[in-house]
Amino acid sequence: MTDRTAVPLVELRNIRVAFGGVHAVDDVTVDLHPGEVVGLVGGNGAGKTTLIRTLSGAHPADSGQILIDDQPVTIESPRDAKELGIETIYQTLALADNIDAPANMFLGRELITRFGNLNSSAMEDSTRKIMGRLNPNFEKFVAPVSTLSGGQRQSVAIARAVHFNARILIMDEPTAALGPAETNQVRDLIRQLREEGIGIFLISHDIHDLFDLADRISVMLQGKLVGTVNKDDVTVDQVLAMIIMGKKPGEVTQQDIAELH
Amino acid sequence: MAETDISTTSRVPDARPERPSEQRSVRDLLRSAEIDGRLAGMLVALAIIWIVFQIATPNHTFLTPRNLWNLSVQTSVVAIMATGMVLIIVERHIDLSVGAVMALVGMIMGAFQSDFLPETLGFDHPLTWAITLALGLVLGAAIGAFQGVIVAYVGVPAFIVTLGGLLVWRGLAWRVASGQTIAPMDSNFRLLGGGADGSIGGMWSWVVGIAACLGIVALQLTKRRQRARYGFRLRPVWAEIALGVVACGTVLGAIWFLNRYYLPAGIVEARGLPPGTNVSQGLAIPVLIALGVAVVMTFIATRRRFGRYVYAIGGNPEAAELAGIRTKMTVVKTFSLMGLLVGLAAAVQIARLNAAVSSLGTNMELNVIAAAVIGGTSFTGGVGTIAGAVLGAVVMQSLVSGMVLMGVEAPLQDVVVGVVLVIAVTLDTVVRRRATG
Repeated sequence: MTDRTAVPLVELRNIRVAFGGVHAVDDVTVDLHPGEVVGLVGGNGAGKTTLIRTLSGAHPADSGQILIDDQPVTIESPRDAKELGIETIYQTLALADNIDAPANMFLGRELITRFGNLNSSAMEDSTRKIMGRLNPNFEKFVAPVSTLSGGQRQSVAIARAVHFNARILIMDEPTAALGPAETNQVRDLIRQLREEGIGIFLISHDIHDLFDLADRISVMLQGKLVGTVNKDDVTVDQVLAMIIMGKKPGEVTQQDIAELH
Repeated sequence: MAETDISTTSRVPDARPERPSEQRSVRDLLRSAEIDGRLAGMLVALAIIWIVFQIATPNHTFLTPRNLWNLSVQTSVVAIMATGMVLIIVERHIDLSVGAVMALVGMIMGAFQSDFLPETLGFDHPLTWAITLALGLVLGAAIGAFQGVIVAYVGVPAFIVTLGGLLVWRGLAWRVASGQTIAPMDSNFRLLGGGADGSIGGMWSWVVGIAACLGIVALQLTKRRQRARYGFRLRPVWAEIALGVVACGTVLGAIWFLNRYYLPAGIVEARGLPPGTNVSQGLAIPVLIALGVAVVMTFIATRRRFGRYVYAIGGNPEAAELAGIRTKMTVVKTFSLMGLLVGLAAAVQIARLNAAVSSLGTNMELNVIAAAVIGGTSFTGGVGTIAGAVLGAVVMQSLVSGMVLMGVEAPLQDVVVGVVLVIAVTLDTVVRRRATG
């Protein structure tokens, strides 16, 4: 499927982030190949979101290196990340509720006329086309996104991330606000994007989601990386043991498994 | 989980415009005509206020050309600044310093044109007004930018920064001339303030009115053509025509009405015209300035990236940052723009008074904020329109003007304005809660 001997698309190397004296992310190294989905799991406060925010430019790392195509890069702002082809769907969706869907889609990257004015029609047109593919039921193109349902809002956030030809996609709980039908749509989309050779970091609480979608799974506990495993080499119980006890598959005893249940 | 699906499907038909027109409610009618309901509501409220005052004032003098002409001039200074205050409040900030900045910039412009320029350019030089105005604009923008940098980059709350500014700039304004009044102003500069000479006359007022109508129609056609090109749903033709007719009718009606305010007999005779000739004053220059500012600011707020970013920051500051917007720079620009408008308003004000005093603009910040808020600007951020703020300024000034005509004493006027402010915001909150709930 993916050639993991080749140069990774992204490598986050020895990343550390501290808030005050607390190490939210402590010396974590993960990587991602083109056309691969890497699942990031861990309990609340494990540091998944903080780790990923160093890649999306939302919060720079205190130390460590980010490499893209084996080249060290500096990501100090969301602008830097976007220029490198990194798009993010945040758990909070990061939408400005008071403006409409096209305005959110193109926020920070507005289409303009030759006089430098906003080209609202062109932005609405593009948004209609994208939504026609992602969420054909979507109709509210000129209303503030605060009037949309949770699923519609989510599809705006997803549309924004996939529209700008991302090479690297970060999805932080992309199905959290969705019903079953919409969740399936997002899963299909993730598979389709992987086919197109995009690398995806997928953060999820839902371990079954991850086993369904991810090629590899990186587990974090209390800011540290427990380990990264190939999905095909492990069982759900083994991953649960990593999440809860911080034990790698080799270290797990029968008694541990029994305790999990 | 399932209810998201249900709500998605049940909401969609509501948004569909294809229902037969007989079934439409007033709200749907407004929506299909793409008319801003809040703005329409404010116009109705203003109409009610005007009619009540017309009935309540002795001799029914409220709706006279003379009173409305004066009202237009009195409103302009607050209206100019309110357009900037909208963007500040939309961004979840506040500027309490606008009255004090007005005083400082006004004093410096006064001193500059009465002391400095006559020595360098000569007395009553034709460029005096332009250089003085430019100085005021630059100075205002610089002070605004300075406060904006402290707010955005240092992270001190705007309330504190501009509260400090209120004291500092007012104190410095006093220092410019040790509290003395600077007068008179340059004769050309004085035109910025209006008055008999600072009005454009009946004929030019018609020219402005007709140009505005042509502008409205051109804007409608352009928007329509652009939407048609992308195959979007167009506003119904009846609504388009009705809107154009109402808008142009209002503009031309206002010009016609105001043009019935004639120059005083003394001035008519001084101009060598036969006694008894009716010469229209026409629109006052400060009113033209305020209208121009409102148009430009609306354009900036709705058609430029900067405006889009201001609203995005107000709606969700974190989302704006994550979208890659330079939010801090945008905030600095907003405060700087506010300062520029204060500089412009200061010029109009000292020109009107024909004097610069260090008490210029005292309590003006409260009027400006009130105008923006009555006009529908929300302190929770992200919501507010330029047109609303201008209307808010008109509402405030109408109340004051009407009460003056009725002989209401000043402290009671404040009570009424205060009550109206709170009622306006209360109504707005209730309506909005019902709309979203």
